[in-house]
Amino acid sequence: MRLSAGRAAGWAVVYLVLTVGALFCFLPVFWLVRSSAMTLGDIFKYPPLLWPAHVRWQNFVEAMQASPFLLYFRNTMIVEVPNVVGALLTASMSAYGLGRFRFPLRGFWFGLVLGAIILPPAVVLIPQFLLWSKLHLVNTFFPLTLPVWFGGGAFNVFLLRQFFLTIPKDFDNAARIDGASYWRVYWQIMVPFIQPALLAVGLFQFLYNWNDFFTPLIYLSAKSTYTLAVGLRFFIGSYATFWNDLMAAAVIVVVPPVAAFLVGQRYFVEGVTLTGLKG
Amino acid sequence: MKRALGYDVQGALMTAPEATPMKRRHLRADALEAVSGYLFASPVILGLLVWVIAPMIGVLLISLTDWNVLTTPAWVGIKNYVKLFTTDLYFWNTLKVTCYYVVLNTVGITLYSLVVAMLLNQNIRGRGIYRTFFYLPSIVPIVASSALWLWLFNPEFGLFNMMLQAVHLPRSLWLQSPATVVPSIALMSIWQGAGNTIVIFLAALQGVPRQLLEAVEIDGGNWWHRFRAITLPMISPVTFFNVITGLIASFTIFTQSYVMTTGGPNNASLFYVLLLYREGFQRNNLGGAAALSWVLIVIVSLLSVLVFGTSRRWVYYEGEQG
Repeated sequence: MRLSAGRAAGWAVVYLVLTVGALFCFLPVFWLVRSSAMTLGDIFKYPPLLWPAHVRWQNFVEAMQASPFLLYFRNTMIVEVPNVVGALLTASMSAYGLGRFRFPLRGFWFGLVLGAIILPPAVVLIPQFLLWSKLHLVNTFFPLTLPVWFGGGAFNVFLLRQFFLTIPKDFDNAARIDGASYWRVYWQIMVPFIQPALLAVGLFQFLYNWNDFFTPLIYLSAKSTYTLAVGLRFFIGSYATFWNDLMAAAVIVVVPPVAAFLVGQRYFVEGVTLTGLKG
Repeated sequence: MKRALGYDVQGALMTAPEATPMKRRHLRADALEAVSGYLFASPVILGLLVWVIAPMIGVLLISLTDWNVLTTPAWVGIKNYVKLFTTDLYFWNTLKVTCYYVVLNTVGITLYSLVVAMLLNQNIRGRGIYRTFFYLPSIVPIVASSALWLWLFNPEFGLFNMMLQAVHLPRSLWLQSPATVVPSIALMSIWQGAGNTIVIFLAALQGVPRQLLEAVEIDGGNWWHRFRAITLPMISPVTFFNVITGLIASFTIFTQSYVMTTGGPNNASLFYVLLLYREGFQRNNLGGAAALSWVLIVIVSLLSVLVFGTSRRWVYYEGEQG
């Protein structure tokens, strides 16, 4: 097939714009990695070096020595595990209830779920903080892990409910007629069915908690309880002139979520798509 | 006892002549379904009550008091709100700064994502790889990207000024000047936030029926006609979703300014939630922070109503009369 000159020019523009856009996305990430392995001498050179002249892994050692990132990693995981498990279990239960049962006020509760998605978490911060401090649980991980067990977040409930709605009603009916309890229908039929969506929710929740800065900033003020996000923030405060060490510290925080994303990319994209298209 | 009761109920069903057993059984099944539904949904229902409804009432009550944690709260009526709107030093400035950011960010992300998604929707090679590149920034945790962009924006040694210098353009102060700090943060947020929007737009574009586009082509329409007459109306519900979520998410920006600028220079990036945080957690002015919270609830509701209200004019839903 021969392309006309106009068509060929059109394609050239498409690829050009896409490549410029991809560079805009990628260049900062590349700059992060490149700067994390440089000496201070190289990092300030003009014209800038594209790649370190002398790769310096010592930056990572220095970053780990300056800040207890292993401890922060442990704390982050203490937050992550109950969050991911709690979100998967209670969001899928809630979504199953809201999506596949008829009961009074169902529409009302679902409307509240939608409202809660829009509600910025910051607006209920003060009373929530007062509650946790009354319970003497500030500076523990409870404020960061317990709430997710109440429905796993409105967004996740919404996403999973959309997924439940795509399953034909005959599935439950057949199982019910065979005498299966609702719990068995949920656990043995529905959960396997929505596995791709559960993977997406698990990934979303993992990334959300990894990224979350606001909640740990509010509730964890003792250094020994910092998560990686808060730990990195204080690293920025004290290491702002050692750009190579700071970039190394940032790389440490960036690698786990990027790895998780690359592995679970497919489910991820499906999850994002589902929320947007049926919303 | 339980068994006896069950037997009695069944006995009653059998003997009652006018009530059809089928109907009774249906009623019982309906009741069982309703109770089970409530049990399954109970985590989120409890969650809404405990973590959303109760705190919203709580924050309303706190906003009507003068309270700085150590003292006992004193009832002051709407004084905190009056103070916000009249004498507060930061409130109007923070609204202005936040709105400026919200507009730049939402418009920027929507246009940029739409263009990228439309290009990705062409029959191009390596679409998966491009998509990964475009999604990558949204995976970077915000604190880490704040560290990175502090470095990129560095006026002396940062990448951006080096690039400007290389093409003989004037350097910028980026985050360090009141005039450029908000656009700089918006640029970073567009980089960070467009991934989701691109993926959603792309899926919507793939749902646009090919026959419709071809029909325009046969009538001699060019790409702009196709876009204007078919694509734009067909994807408008998704655009609508993206705009709402974009508006609200950008109104509550916090981490970027907390980490990179702490609201400066000269309060030029003192965004709304940062002000709320300062009042509540640094000045211990709980009443004032609670009033800010309620004003934010009203703002977010108004934004949603506004977008929903105007959506009839620009959102096309399939199956609806045009």
